[in-house]
Amino acid sequence: MTTLELRNIVKRYKTNTVLDDLSLDVANGETLVLFGPSGAGKTVLLRLVAGVIDPDEGKILIGGEDMTDVDAEHRGIGMAFQNFALFPHMSAHDNIASPLTATRSSADAIKSGVGKVAKLLKIDHVLSHHPKALSNGQKQRTALARALAGSPPLLLLDDPLRNVDAKLRFEMRLELPRLLASQGATVVYVTQDYKEAMALGDRIAVMANGKIRQIGTPEEIYNAPADIGIASLFGDPTINLLDVTPQKDIEGVYVEISKVRVALPGMPDSVAGQSCVIGIRPESISFAKDTAKGAVPIEVEAETPLNEKTVTLVLTVGKREVLVSRPAGTPGPVSGPAHIVIDGRTAFLFDKASGALIRKAGTAQQGVAA
Amino acid sequence: METTSTLEKSLRFLALSLVVIFFMFPIFWIFLMSFQTNETILQIPPSIVFTPTLSNYAALITGKLTTSAGTLDIAFMRNLGNSVFLSVTSVALSLVLGVPAAYAFARHKFRGSEDIAFTLLSFRFAPPLLVLLPLTQYFQWLGLSDTYFGLIWVYQLICLPLILWIVRGYFEDISADVEYAYRIAGHSWFATFRKIALPLAGPGIAAAGLLAFIFAWNNFVFALVLASADKQPVTVGALAFVTSSGIQYGQIASAIVLSVTPTLALALYAQRYLVEGLSLGAVKG
Repeated sequence: MTTLELRNIVKRYKTNTVLDDLSLDVANGETLVLFGPSGAGKTVLLRLVAGVIDPDEGKILIGGEDMTDVDAEHRGIGMAFQNFALFPHMSAHDNIASPLTATRSSADAIKSGVGKVAKLLKIDHVLSHHPKALSNGQKQRTALARALAGSPPLLLLDDPLRNVDAKLRFEMRLELPRLLASQGATVVYVTQDYKEAMALGDRIAVMANGKIRQIGTPEEIYNAPADIGIASLFGDPTINLLDVTPQKDIEGVYVEISKVRVALPGMPDSVAGQSCVIGIRPESISFAKDTAKGAVPIEVEAETPLNEKTVTLVLTVGKREVLVSRPAGTPGPVSGPAHIVIDGRTAFLFDKASGALIRKAGTAQQGVAA
Repeated sequence: METTSTLEKSLRFLALSLVVIFFMFPIFWIFLMSFQTNETILQIPPSIVFTPTLSNYAALITGKLTTSAGTLDIAFMRNLGNSVFLSVTSVALSLVLGVPAAYAFARHKFRGSEDIAFTLLSFRFAPPLLVLLPLTQYFQWLGLSDTYFGLIWVYQLICLPLILWIVRGYFEDISADVEYAYRIAGHSWFATFRKIALPLAGPGIAAAGLLAFIFAWNNFVFALVLASADKQPVTVGALAFVTSSGIQYGQIASAIVLSVTPTLALALYAQRYLVEGLSLGAVKG
C-alpha cells in the first residue's frame, strides 16, 4: 500500500501538449479509475507513473518519495498493459515469475509465488504454455498475474479488459474488485468503458484533452456531472440534451418543453432567461396518460431493447429527439402519439456557452476539479 | 489448407520444376565438371556420360597443379582457410558492434541518429573501386596492407551496414510495451536487452549474420588489391587456375564446389532457426 501524488505534470510531444499541468492524488489502498475518451492522455499518464517515459515538467511522488527521476525498475510498481505485452518467448510461468526473478528470490519462493497468484487467477493449469498457445482470456489473466506477482504496493492497470470478449469482460468486472481488495494495493485503473469505471472505482477521474475535468465517487459523477461532455460519457442510453431557456414564476424555476411546464426544484433563480441545455437521463422520463400532470405530447419513433431495458426514441412536437428508457417487460406505447412525464428533480441544467453544470442552490462545489 | 484439383497440382509442380531447373542447372553442371578432366569438359558435343576422376580435388588438396607446361604450386586450401577466417571474424565483429548499435538506433531517437544510420548505410552505395585507391594509400601508411586486421576492418564496410539495418528493423518490430513490462517488473535496461530484445530479434540477427557472411565470403576486389597471396580468400585464389598454358576448368569447378559448400551448409543449418523464430506468437492474440 502506498500513495501516489502527481504535481503539475506536463508532457508534450513536439508541439502537442498531451498532459497539461495535471495534478492528482491517490490515497493509500484506493482504486482510482482514469476514465476518458481515447487521446485524453490516460495511457501517457500511466506510463509516466510507471517510469517508462519522463514528464517535461512536474513531479511524481510514490509513498511520499520523489520518484520523478527514478528508473522504472526501482519504482516498485506492477503494471498490466492493454495489449497484454507478454514475453512471447517465455512460458506463462516465466512471464509471471519475471517480477520475482528481478529480486533474486530463491527458486522455491518463485515457484510458490507464481503458483499462488496463478491459482488466484485460475490459470494454474496453463503455466507451461507459451503465450501463443493461450486463449485471449488466459493471456489477459497471465498479464494480470504478472502485474500482481511481485505484490507491488502500486498497481497500474491500462485498460486490461479492452481486448477480451464481452462475456469475459463481464466476469472479470465482477471478479476484479475482490481481487484488487485482496491485494490491498493502491490501484490506478484506465478504462474507456463507463460501466467498468462505475463498477471498479472508489473514485473516478474523468480526463479529456490532457486535463482532469472532474474527480469524484461514481455517484457524484453520475449525479452531478461537471459539464455536458461528462454527462454524455456516463449512462447508456446517453443523456437527453435539449436547448432550453429557464423561466421563473412564483412556484420557482421551470422550463417549457413542447409548451408544457417542467418544474426544476432547487435551481437558482439567476438562471431565468439564460441560454441553457437541460440534461435528462432516459430513466427520468416515463410514459403517462395525457391527463397526467405535466404530460408532454410526443410521437413514438422506434423502440429497441438494450440489455435489461427497453429504449424508445420519441419526437416532441418541435421534432426534438428524446430517448426514454424503462425496465424491460413493462408495457409502453409502440407507435403513434403518446405522452411522457419528465422528472425535473433529477434533471441537470448546463450553461449553453461554457457547458458547465449549473448547481442547485445550496449545494457545495464538492469534488470538482477546476 | 484448401483442396486443389489434380490439374492445378501438376501445373504447379511443372512451374516449380522449371524454376528449380533454371536456377540449379549451372550448379549441377559445375558439380559434374568438377569430376572431369579438361579434355572431357571441352569435348563437343558435351556429354553427361564420362569416367569421373578425383584428380581435380586431389590437385587442390595437395596444392600441386599439373599442366602441360609443368607443375604449378597453388595455395587453394590456404585460400579457403583465409576465406573462412576472414568471413567468420568480420561477421563476428560486425555482430558485436552492429547489434547494440541497431538497438540504440531502434529504441532511442537522439539528435542526428537518422543521419548517422544513413551514413552507415551509404557505405554500401559507394563503388568499392572508388574507395580502394585512397584506401590502398592509407593502408600502406598505416602498415595495414596485407594484414588480416586490415582486411577485417575493410570487410566492416560490407558487413556492418547490412547487419545494422536488418537488425534495427527487427528491434523496431518488437513492441516497446514488452520491454517496458520487463523493466517495470524490476529488471535493468541491460537485462531487458539481453533477455527480451536479443532473443526476440534472434531470427533477424541470424538472417543478417548469414547475409553478411555470404557477402563477405563473395568479396573479391578488396582482397585482390589489399592482400598478397598468403592472405587472399578463395575468390581471388581462383585466379591461379587461369594459367599460361590454358584455363583449368576442372579445377575451377571443383574449387567452386569446395568454396560453395561452407556457405551452403551454413544457410541450410540456419534456415531452420530463421523460420522457427519468425512464427513466435505476436503480442496481441
